[in-house]
Amino acid sequence: MTSYPKLVRDGFWSNNVGLVQLLGLCPLLAVTGTFINGLGLGLATLLTLVASNTIISMIRTLVRPEVRIPVFVLVIASIVTVIELGMSAYFHELYSVLGIFIPLIVTNCSIIGRAEAFASKNTVGRAMVDGFSMGFGFLLVLVVLGAMREIIGAGTLFAQAHMMFGEAARALTYVLIEDYSGFLLAILPPGAFIGLGLLIAVKNLIDRRLERRSIRQAAPSAQIAQAT
Amino acid sequence: MSYRSILISAGFLFLFAVLGTGLVAYTYDTTAERIANNERRALLRKLNEVVDTDSYDNDIFNDVILVQSPLLGTRAPVPVYRARQDGWPVAAVLSPVAPDGYNGAIRLLVGINLDGTVTGVRVLRHQETPGLGDAIEAERSDWIRRFTGKSLNNPDLDGWKVRRDSGEFDQFTGATITPRAVVKAVRNALIYFKANRHQLFAQDPEPEQETPS
Repeated sequence: MTSYPKLVRDGFWSNNVGLVQLLGLCPLLAVTGTFINGLGLGLATLLTLVASNTIISMIRTLVRPEVRIPVFVLVIASIVTVIELGMSAYFHELYSVLGIFIPLIVTNCSIIGRAEAFASKNTVGRAMVDGFSMGFGFLLVLVVLGAMREIIGAGTLFAQAHMMFGEAARALTYVLIEDYSGFLLAILPPGAFIGLGLLIAVKNLIDRRLERRSIRQAAPSAQIAQAT
Repeated sequence: MSYRSILISAGFLFLFAVLGTGLVAYTYDTTAERIANNERRALLRKLNEVVDTDSYDNDIFNDVILVQSPLLGTRAPVPVYRARQDGWPVAAVLSPVAPDGYNGAIRLLVGINLDGTVTGVRVLRHQETPGLGDAIEAERSDWIRRFTGKSLNNPDLDGWKVRRDSGEFDQFTGATITPRAVVKAVRNALIYFKANRHQLFAQDPEPEQETPS
């Protein structure tokens, strides 16, 4: 049984959907042209993961193993359709931008992956926490990559925030670099691949640093143990 | 595996199909009106960018016909919204396609006054290169606003080209194909409008239209 803190750590960092499992790359790479697009798709995916994990964990004892996958697919597809309709009703402008990527959440392998590997074997509370931390980890990658590409590509941050937070948020757009002519590569799909590659490299670098430090801390204590 | 357990599994799957469909149907039912309103508002906002709201008094959104012509850039029928004042035609908003954009078709909205002058042009949908070709969007540059007031006599037919092709319209740095496609599509829409002006307004409004005009 994994503890709650470990579940959170796994989702946010050590088993991150975007950076370690490398699942759901199609939406990840396609929509992260701006911070707001990343945030929109990230929230939709997070919501789907929490809802699908919770429901699947609730019915895990009822579902017979031979039909579990179709049942999971049904549950996930229903949730995503509900979210799609809700988004179209309440965040219409954002929906018109993210439109085709919302139904694609169904095909995000991380969702059926968590349903099969975790939610179908764990209690409701645990499944919910797992869905939240996995979804939030994915959201973080989307947002960081979106912000990176937006700053490098267009020199702004939070552009088009009004699509999500209403007209008042138009003022949120933050121009970081005045009179910036833009760096096209960052906005185009290759920029997404390069950006994701850099993010994974940075994560691996930090992991290695941490590992080295923990070895160094462990080493002196081992010597002491020998001496005594 | 016994028939009994197969039946139970199938029944369970069926139950979930029904529950899932029920959930989606319920959500659809509760949001359908709001979504239709959103779509209507989004299109009306675009329409009002190309035709002056004060110039007409009819329900332009529902006063629409579908027309088909090679001049409109697509084989599919495209909508024409008709603006009227006291029942008299004022302007029409055509929705032509520029099929030869740099990266696929560009859908436009072209408002044309009864006398054939452009009241405004906006881009509905495009996939042009961000940072170069997307300057055709009104939010990104003023380029698209320069069509306003133009007609087939101003400039004449030869002038309806980008400067690179010795016409009157500017291209952008780094992008000639996109403006060329848009200029051509607007010009063709004007030619179509000139040839079909009377039919465009003469056709009966949609049967759903109850208010007599």
